[in-house]
Amino acid sequence: MTNLITVDHLCRYYGKVCAVNEVSFTLAKGEVLGFLGPNGAGKTTTMQMLSGNLAPSSGQITINGFDLLDQPNQAKRSLGYLPDTPPLYKELSVQEFLHYCAELQGIAKNSIAQAINHAQERCGLTAVSHRLIANLSKGFQQRVGIAMAILHNPDVIILDEPTVGLDPIQIREIRALIRELGQDHGIILSTHILTEVQESCTHVQIIHQGQLILSESIAGLNKTMNTGSLHVTTRLPADTSLLLTIPGVSSIETLANNQLKIYCHVTDDTTRHIAETIIANGWELQELTPVKKSMEDIFIALTQDNS
Amino acid sequence: MILTIAKREFKSLFLSPLAWTVLAVLQGLLAYLFLTQVETFTLIQPKLASIDGAPGLADIVVTPLYGNAAIILLLVTPLLTMRLICEERRNKTLSLLLSAPISTADIILGKYLGSLGLLLLVVFLVTLMPLSLLVGGDLDWGKLAANLLALVLLVSAFTATGLFMSTVAGHPTVAAMGTFGVLLLLWILDWSAGMNDRRSELFEYLSILRHFQNLQSGQLSSVDISYFLLFTATFILLSIRSLANDRLQK
Repeated sequence: MTNLITVDHLCRYYGKVCAVNEVSFTLAKGEVLGFLGPNGAGKTTTMQMLSGNLAPSSGQITINGFDLLDQPNQAKRSLGYLPDTPPLYKELSVQEFLHYCAELQGIAKNSIAQAINHAQERCGLTAVSHRLIANLSKGFQQRVGIAMAILHNPDVIILDEPTVGLDPIQIREIRALIRELGQDHGIILSTHILTEVQESCTHVQIIHQGQLILSESIAGLNKTMNTGSLHVTTRLPADTSLLLTIPGVSSIETLANNQLKIYCHVTDDTTRHIAETIIANGWELQELTPVKKSMEDIFIALTQDNS
Repeated sequence: MILTIAKREFKSLFLSPLAWTVLAVLQGLLAYLFLTQVETFTLIQPKLASIDGAPGLADIVVTPLYGNAAIILLLVTPLLTMRLICEERRNKTLSLLLSAPISTADIILGKYLGSLGLLLLVVFLVTLMPLSLLVGGDLDWGKLAANLLALVLLVSAFTATGLFMSTVAGHPTVAAMGTFGVLLLLWILDWSAGMNDRRSELFEYLSILRHFQNLQSGQLSSVDISYFLLFTATFILLSIRSLANDRLQK
């Protein structure tokens, strides 16, 4: 599969401060890439460079086979970008604004109306299409921003914190929209909301202090998350040394009387072995709960390790 | 693509009361000045009739009218151009243009033509006044055309300066003040040139007023025309450079 975006050793300095350091990744069609990071990690800077708003200090960005610096117009044609503040002309109505965007994107005159209708339907804007953007609520303004980004049916859609300031129902709708768009586009989504990544992305990248510290598919991440722990309560004290011999168990921590925390791969096999051992030795199993690592744990662990 | 941006810019001006106010106020002021000139002409007309080769209607009414219009536009243009790029940057709407498949030059030229459109409209409305004299008199067409050309070239230069200031400045009022300062300085540069009989040729050449008056008098010299064209082109190029620098921001 050809890559829609190839980012190669991207660096960006503001004066002497390095905002983005040696970031490389690729994005293929059908992927939704979640770009995670704490505030000031370099998410927005990376997004701005990808969209051609900011020149990189070094490194190369290729969009759909076109180099962003050498052939900016061809590259940008396959790009829809929603910055963290949606660039809306508040004095225009939704319809007028989208019409202007369509013209800027170079959509053929006879297909502009169709493109606008399509984008408005997808973002649920049909009912407000003749209202002034200034009079719309924040959530609707955000939707106008998304409509603007998908208007010309670009191959790559870059959304910088698209669900900020939306109510829970709108957030769900936007996430559903992102999943739907993700089927036939490549999407990069920046956010600091972890559940958002778990719900709508296929791949995840964590950036911290300008460096990529994790690049993983959600499936792979779930596997990492399975390396969790088991909460075991028995009625009689258990022999920890015997439990340690079970394959897959890495360490055991005694929490209280007869309460153990067993660090292991949370797979059926290991869990079954532990349960069987406890029963066979007559310690009387009372509770066995798998404690999965949440994405938050991984995120915090990774961002704190490096600081 | 340039025209798309220009059209949007022009229409946006009319969505706010700004353009309407500017047109109304300018028209009111200039109409008053025009009528005073016409009044003067009717008063001195009998005397003029006895002089051979006396100044005609165009000299007494048209030239001062365009001269006044130039000074008023010097005050008004900064207000019209200050928002061009500056406000887009402040409202963060500039990224819409920057991430669209258009070049920096297209953005700048579009913005330029859009705001120039309004000023040309002002010039057109001013021109209607001397044309109204045709009802009861005759006009020196060459003089009128020369004045028209002079004013059009002048507003092109003013707009380019304003656009550049708007790309550089961080706040619209700063842009307006900067434009006004530069234009007024270039306008009055000629005054000091005449002092003590020591004329500075450089200052004389740089002065907008001198070139404008040369054109107004009906002497179409390539020096004056190319002065305005170079002036305009320089500031447009500087604007393009300055906007392109936005992406680099060290």
